[in-house]
Amino acid sequence: MRIVIIGNSVAMVGAVEAIRKYDTSSEIVVISDETYHVYSRPLISYYLGNLVSENKMIYREKDFYRKNKVETIFGIKVVSIDERKKEVYLENGDSISFDKLLIATGGKPIIPPVEGLNKKNVHTFIKMDDAKKLKEAAKPGSKAVIVGGGLIGFKAAEGLHHLGVDVTIVELADRILSTILDTEGASLVSQSLQNDGIKIITGTTVDKIIGDEYVKGVLLKNGQELEADNLIIAIGVVPNVDVVKNTSISINRGILVDNTMKTSVEDVYAAGDVAEGYDMLVESNRVVPIWPNAYMQGEIAGLSMIGINKSFKGIFPMNSIGYKNTNMITAGITNPQQEEFEIISKIDHNRRSYKKFVVKENRLVGFILINDIDRAGLFTGFIKNETDITPFKKYLLNDDFGFIYLPKELRKAKMLDLEVVR
Amino acid sequence: MSLSYLTPEFKVLRDYDKCINCKVCMRQCSFEVHSYDEHLDKMISNDMNCVNCQRCVVLCPTQALTIIKHPQTFKEHANWTYDAIRDIYRQAETGGVLLSSMGNDRPYPVYWDKMVINASQVTNPSIDPLREPMELRVYIGRKPDKIEIDENLNVKTKMPPQLKLETPIMFSAMSYGSISYNAHAALARAAEELGILYNTGEGGLHKDFRKYGKNTIVQVASGRFGVDREYLNTAAAIEIKIGQGAKPGIGGHLPGEKVSEDISATRMIPAGSDAISPAPHHDIYSIEDLAQLIYSLKEATDYQKPVGVKIAAVNNVAAIASGIARAGADYIAIDGFRGGTGAAPKRIRDNVGIPIEFAIAAVDARLRSEGIRHTISLVAAGSIRNSADIVKAIALGADAVYIATAALIALGCHMCQKCHTGKCNWGIATQDPNLVKRLNPEIGYKRLVNLVQAWSHEIKEMLGGMGINDIESLKGNRLMLRGIGMTQKELDILGILAAGE
Amino acid sequence: MKKVYVKEEVCVGCRLCEVYCITSHSKYKDVLKAFKLETQRPTPRIVIEENKPVSFSLQCRHCNDAPCVKSCITGAMQKDPSTGVVICDTDKCVGCWTCVLVCEFGAIIRDVNNKVASKCDLCAEAGEPACVKNCPNEALVYSEGGISA
Repeated sequence: MRIVIIGNSVAMVGAVEAIRKYDTSSEIVVISDETYHVYSRPLISYYLGNLVSENKMIYREKDFYRKNKVETIFGIKVVSIDERKKEVYLENGDSISFDKLLIATGGKPIIPPVEGLNKKNVHTFIKMDDAKKLKEAAKPGSKAVIVGGGLIGFKAAEGLHHLGVDVTIVELADRILSTILDTEGASLVSQSLQNDGIKIITGTTVDKIIGDEYVKGVLLKNGQELEADNLIIAIGVVPNVDVVKNTSISINRGILVDNTMKTSVEDVYAAGDVAEGYDMLVESNRVVPIWPNAYMQGEIAGLSMIGINKSFKGIFPMNSIGYKNTNMITAGITNPQQEEFEIISKIDHNRRSYKKFVVKENRLVGFILINDIDRAGLFTGFIKNETDITPFKKYLLNDDFGFIYLPKELRKAKMLDLEVVR
Repeated sequence: MSLSYLTPEFKVLRDYDKCINCKVCMRQCSFEVHSYDEHLDKMISNDMNCVNCQRCVVLCPTQALTIIKHPQTFKEHANWTYDAIRDIYRQAETGGVLLSSMGNDRPYPVYWDKMVINASQVTNPSIDPLREPMELRVYIGRKPDKIEIDENLNVKTKMPPQLKLETPIMFSAMSYGSISYNAHAALARAAEELGILYNTGEGGLHKDFRKYGKNTIVQVASGRFGVDREYLNTAAAIEIKIGQGAKPGIGGHLPGEKVSEDISATRMIPAGSDAISPAPHHDIYSIEDLAQLIYSLKEATDYQKPVGVKIAAVNNVAAIASGIARAGADYIAIDGFRGGTGAAPKRIRDNVGIPIEFAIAAVDARLRSEGIRHTISLVAAGSIRNSADIVKAIALGADAVYIATAALIALGCHMCQKCHTGKCNWGIATQDPNLVKRLNPEIGYKRLVNLVQAWSHEIKEMLGGMGINDIESLKGNRLMLRGIGMTQKELDILGILAAGE
Repeated sequence: MKKVYVKEEVCVGCRLCEVYCITSHSKYKDVLKAFKLETQRPTPRIVIEENKPVSFSLQCRHCNDAPCVKSCITGAMQKDPSTGVVICDTDKCVGCWTCVLVCEFGAIIRDVNNKVASKCDLCAEAGEPACVKNCPNEALVYSEGGISA
């Protein structure tokens, strides 16, 4: 059978590695509009800041495609899919037929409706080429304005700061990293950036881009005007669903999939940033564009395509992100407003440490850890396994929290590879 | 607070070239001797607290520690010794009875070391234990006056209950309370594997150890802790404790702080209350009373189990033993003055009682002369230190020996003699859960098995050397011993000849 | 595959496992030199938890479906197909701590000096885990399928 994968990033790797564990005979064809060997997209900010060289960007070894018997078609875009004839059409006129199709096209940047986007040195920051372009253009001492203080903007700011650029972040919400941090947490993190001279303006966004052939600055909706040699649009990503236009594949914000990553069309699957799969915490489908989730969804899709049904509860957001010595790890629901969530938190300004746990019906559904991030995975595990935390809830904030505070039976089951007890 | 005149007894020597500041010593010392000083960035020691248990020395990954006797001395005085002076300082400071642990450490003569053993030379050749079978098995219990055999060579006479020991060594009484749960676990398991018995001591039998019942001797002591029908019937034998070698004539005392929930359940007393064993059994005021208790216990267990009596070796031990034999006991355990203890007043431990060597010899001779030696087995206790001591004890008349101090040393005891503090760093004489864990019963029981097997092998070698292939032929065989450096009177009491005779 | 399992009932909290873990991953592989000579003392690769009287050391479980391997953004975390050991290639690792985020055992330690993940590798070079070999109370076992095996 022939499996065609549109996309050359982590979801593809998850699928290929899962398939090849059990099936070494089916054909696998990977098609991508990029020309690079599969690389780690999160590393582009490290590349930008000279923390990682280009050849260290690859996500799997050079012989990955050969070893896994994957045929590659790179540098060519897929323009449309005929899900009934089971064919994909490439921009050069070629068509490829498939028995199973995995759409892993990832996300594309959200572009705000402002004038002046076509000026030179207006950047997005999603893929390798974006990073190369920005690195070329950003000179030490120059000024950069980043529109958007979320995960992408945050990392772009770090990279640019390492290059010696004067950075200003403009964020529409009242705080940076608003999808993962609450006010307390964001304030702690903002301080680190501001101590380094990075400016943060909240509560507004770009109104107009100023300049002639090259960008010279921006006018913000609050009336402020900022100089900018480089403007980075980092408002967010949306699923790259263009390729399923004019098909019967159901989409919402992303391509809707069930727990086996199958779309509404038989033999067509989706995984990664383009997919809208089940989020076990909000208990509905949602796009969760996070690297580990993309791999896991790719793996499930791969197994489903070869007929192996692996149980999958769904994903939830989780992030590990940092700026120099300020590290944060977050997961799940971090800033709930409703009454049904219980919040357990502690802030220590001297150690610049913040811990927040979100509990619903005695199960952990989210947490924020800033600077005291060791052993964060324990909490991610409690969320994923829906562990009843009643026996040890009062110890969650302990500096030395660990399995030692769990009831003995539960702890031994976990550590001795025994049947995991709820 | 007035100044203490006591200076440290031991000194911690730390080789700073080897010390890596790993702090294992600090974590492992329950006496809080070692600590890490941040400002000096080095480990420092408070010599005053050190008891020379050597836990830190053994665990240090670079062998950086040595504990020595503190070089500080008093002016030389043959009479007012270092210990004599310091004991007075202690009592002047506290007003209390001096307590100590383990056995008498005073320089009384050790008679084991004044006896030597025979070996065959020309006539009656020696036997090689690696080539010929050697019998070490003994049976503890009352033997009938005579045996009747039927035509098929089966024994017709009804035998009183016997304890079968694969080797003439048993683990002596140490209560749960004076030693830890893990120590009991190691002793019970080793006894089972070796085919011998261990003694619960007066602390009752923990429910987790009921499964070792057929290798257990349960004690009925003056406090009657843990004694109920199930306790008596689970065991292989019952031992009435009248006294012990370390503290003859007085009772015992386990302070309330050490009576945890577990100990409370095992001893059947309220948690937190002091566990006091009175000096006499308050229902035994005569030998007839003892006979009554012996028979009550036999009734309660349907005459299925041997009932023994344990006494301390004191001045008239021979007469006492004779009375006990006639009172119906199946064996007598005699505990010499070197016997160990978890806690005893120092003066009693060091000054009361007589050496086991004389006691066994005297009791054996007296029972033989009265024609009742066969009615009772004799078990010798009180500092059996090696297999040669066992051979000599049996040659003097014992059927078997009890070991306790030696067993604890096998488990890791370093004889610091501070059991009474409850801070045993080896997890033996403590109830602190942090410390008890240090004695891993898996490791402990193997060490005990190793020790007893090694001694058994050595006994076989010595027997073979004497030309004997059955331990029963050694029993009371005084001719196999000779004395060195003893007075004629001592030789007479022991019933042995002098070397050369 | 063989893994390290702990018997918490007999762990005495001495932390010698940590001392020997550091030694076994040091340059000279000698206790004295690792602690006195090497200026950059290696980070231990095991986590020790203690709340008296309970204590134990915790090592990477080398999971079959290792979440750290799936989540690693650089591909540094890999499970060796022949030995089953999960190893972090510290040349590739950028210290993003995504593995710390996903490890349900909290078994990955942040080596903040070198900004890389530090985790148990079952002492692959030596053949027998140093912690197991040097535990003074036999609280660590190296076996297949659990403690009683």
